[in-house]
Amino acid sequence: MEALVQVSRLVSELNAADAKAANAAIGAGFAYGLAAIGPGVGIGFVVGKAIEAMARQPESAGMVRTTMFLGIAFTEALALIGFVVFILLGL
Amino acid sequence: MSDEIKPVDNAPEFAVSRDMVRRGIMVAPFLLLVSGVIWGTEGVSGSAYGLAIVLVNFILAAGIITITAPRSLALLMGAVMVGYVVRLGLMFIAVLPVRHAGWISIPSLCATMLVTHLGLLVWELRHVSMSLAYPGLKPKKSSPFKLR
Repeated sequence: MEALVQVSRLVSELNAADAKAANAAIGAGFAYGLAAIGPGVGIGFVVGKAIEAMARQPESAGMVRTTMFLGIAFTEALALIGFVVFILLGL
Repeated sequence: MSDEIKPVDNAPEFAVSRDMVRRGIMVAPFLLLVSGVIWGTEGVSGSAYGLAIVLVNFILAAGIITITAPRSLALLMGAVMVGYVVRLGLMFIAVLPVRHAGWISIPSLCATMLVTHLGLLVWELRHVSMSLAYPGLKPKKSSPFKLR
């Protein structure tokens, strides 16, 4: 929190163009960071459930692993969207 | 040639990712052409770079599961979670050196990454659901896995 206050104080001391660039960079960082949280939770959930299924029925591990891999990849698309926003905004 | 079965041969997720890479390479000329028309030569290089990032990401994700799943389920959980963070970091590192390069178009890179990732997944999903349990590949007549 203290760091955020310091950053906003620093930004307020900049001229308009620099402040815009600084805000874009901060926004991009937040976009990427926040966009990575949701898929992290989602992937954890997908893998946790898949492991539960494999532990209950080891003979269906092949099917579960296929579904798990596709689930992970779909969930990761959300993080990829955040990454793209991050690149376009302020990398 | 030995008759030994490697773990990769039995790994369904590796078969899925191999299929997706094969399809990605198949559609690459079309993607490059579209990017070239919209963004010019920078678009072609950006699109090729984005496609390479997505395909390597798929292979890494599948490789992590293929290596860890036969060993232990707890290791699988940890490796997938750490692998997710590592792969995001690798994507960042891959884009960092080219972000201001004149020979690459960043919008084409971003568009290709999104379109290829989602497009290949949806394409693959169609084949997985067609072949029910077994991944990525249409069942052949000689397949031991019969559809019910």
